[in-house]
Amino acid sequence: MAECIRTQEVPEVLFWVGCAGSFDDRAKKVTKAFAKLLIDAKVSFAVLGQEESCSGDPAKRSGNEFLFQMQALSNIEVLNGYEVKNIVTTCPHCFNTLKNEYPSLGGNYKVLHHTEFLKQLIEEGRLTLNGGIFKGKRITYHDPCYLGRANEIYEAPRALIKKLDAELVEMRRCKKDALCCGAGGAQMFKEAEKGNKEINIERSEEVIETQTQLVAAACPFCNTMLSDGMTQKGSSVSVKDIAQLIAEAKDL
Amino acid sequence: MGIDNIIFLLAVSLGIGLFVRNSKRLSRAILQGKSIGKVDRKKERFLHMLRLAFGQQKMHKNLLVGVMHFVVYLGFILINIELVEILIDGIFGTHRVLSFLGVSYAIAISTFEVFAVSVIGAVVIFWFRRNVLIIARFRSAEMKGWPKLDANLILVIEVVLMLLFLTMNAADYALQLREEPQYPSSGHFLVSSLFAPLFDSWTTSSIVLVERSAWWAHILGILAFLNYLYYSKHLHILLAFPNTFYAQLTPKGQFASNEVVTKEVRAMLSMQEPNTAQEIERFGAKDVTDLSWLQLMNAYSCTECGRCTEACPANQTGKLLSPRKIMMDTRDRAEILTKSNLSTSIQEATLLDHHISREELWACTSCNACVEVCPIEINPLSIIMKMREYIVLEEAAAPADLNAMMANIENNGAPWAFNAQDRMNWVND
Repeated sequence: MAECIRTQEVPEVLFWVGCAGSFDDRAKKVTKAFAKLLIDAKVSFAVLGQEESCSGDPAKRSGNEFLFQMQALSNIEVLNGYEVKNIVTTCPHCFNTLKNEYPSLGGNYKVLHHTEFLKQLIEEGRLTLNGGIFKGKRITYHDPCYLGRANEIYEAPRALIKKLDAELVEMRRCKKDALCCGAGGAQMFKEAEKGNKEINIERSEEVIETQTQLVAAACPFCNTMLSDGMTQKGSSVSVKDIAQLIAEAKDL
Repeated sequence: MGIDNIIFLLAVSLGIGLFVRNSKRLSRAILQGKSIGKVDRKKERFLHMLRLAFGQQKMHKNLLVGVMHFVVYLGFILINIELVEILIDGIFGTHRVLSFLGVSYAIAISTFEVFAVSVIGAVVIFWFRRNVLIIARFRSAEMKGWPKLDANLILVIEVVLMLLFLTMNAADYALQLREEPQYPSSGHFLVSSLFAPLFDSWTTSSIVLVERSAWWAHILGILAFLNYLYYSKHLHILLAFPNTFYAQLTPKGQFASNEVVTKEVRAMLSMQEPNTAQEIERFGAKDVTDLSWLQLMNAYSCTECGRCTEACPANQTGKLLSPRKIMMDTRDRAEILTKSNLSTSIQEATLLDHHISREELWACTSCNACVEVCPIEINPLSIIMKMREYIVLEEAAAPADLNAMMANIENNGAPWAFNAQDRMNWVND
């Protein structure tokens, strides 16, 4: 973003990469795939790079309202400083926080999840997609809580899977009834409380029930939880973000 | 006015008087909570209430259960129209004063009777589901003892009230057939007329006794049930309305932000002068008095159906958390605090630790499944988050893993211990 200021360029959208997207090996691949798609669609975008900091979601969901607001207010200062209007992010947690919880603290932006943005790019004809390697393949989709129930975005990711000419196979519990992967509410960063099963195993079993070989994710945490679940179940089902699927279909 | 009219008037006054007293107690209990500030989008809220409370939109997810619930609800409302007549008859000593309406009266009573039979049918199925079928949500740990008895009592009371209504009509119809002067013809009652022949061998005075007893038991039963509500989970028939009216209309992912914290953080970031006159308040919730009145009303509205617990990923995987228990505990604690002459030990037994354990709170994934599934939009998640806020901001007692995560955010702006300078590494990976 600092680079844009120097060259006096105003990017169309700020790509909020998120901490997982910056540091987590699996999520970094999603970041890269999405960036490739943005470039392919000739979207001028910028990232904050080192100036980006945690949105504060895990702090708030842990109960640390103080730390959350520290993060939020400093991020808002940076974003407002660059006069950012449009933000796109591959993380539903960042998406939810930026979209819903920053406005009351003075951060007002048009925030889109990357699945919404990609759908929009396809509809505008800026991103073309003709089946490719997923044509006719059976794919299931896992609704992230913070995209689905939290923000009622159920259709954009599904529309993208259909654009792959793939057969979308729904899980027993999907959309409003979807089962959490187990990572939300800061569970990603702690050991689960005592129980008789891990939540990600329960969800992974539902994925396996669909008898598909591929589960599409739309959240870096879900991605991790389901990948770990598949490994533990010894399953060959692969877990990929929708951005990765589209990038692969386009052979980017 | 005869002696029975006076007794009737006294009974009704007593029933209504007690109900007013209970309502005051209820509002005192709920208003132990904090203010929620100004309420916006009133028109939208009203429509939302119509859809969810009147229309019971979310109940129809399971069609059979939804329809049966609707029948019981509609049956109760319709049959209570009959109360108008009962009140007039009771006070003025008339008998079936509205029967002058003729055919329309018979049609109305017949309709009520059809509903009464449907209500009995539905309630029997509900009883069967609750007590015979193995439906997990009816068999959770928190549903032992009083909550189970309460649920069954409600079902029994409903059946008894409907049977009394039908008995009263059947006996009345039998007396009409005998052309008793006290029982003028009121038309053909669809259901009860079928049972009237049962009285064929009875003496007239016995039938009159049955008719009068059923009539009195019916009205006294309704008054008693009205006052049972406050002690039961059945308050939802009233509170579902305000509960859905005040429900969150913004996206479920939007958690309330704490303005007191905002002021302090702004001061820390030197964005504004610190407000020295700031009153000291407790962050988060340790007890019910730290919650909002809306959260407390949520608790009193809960009819313990357990859809939330059934949908909760933590509960499904054997964790201690049950969103329904969060609501039941909140209600129990709010109720305890309304009592005067509390012993110190009870006064000091806060919602946190004495009712809701930390293990329950830390099992939540904030997935909103409980909020989504609740037919009347109760929000257990908001209480869980408020209580986590207390644990973290007032006691700094988060689980160690979370403390490490928060330290990372403070130190390097990410929940993991990575250097901010490496944020762009993905480009070259």
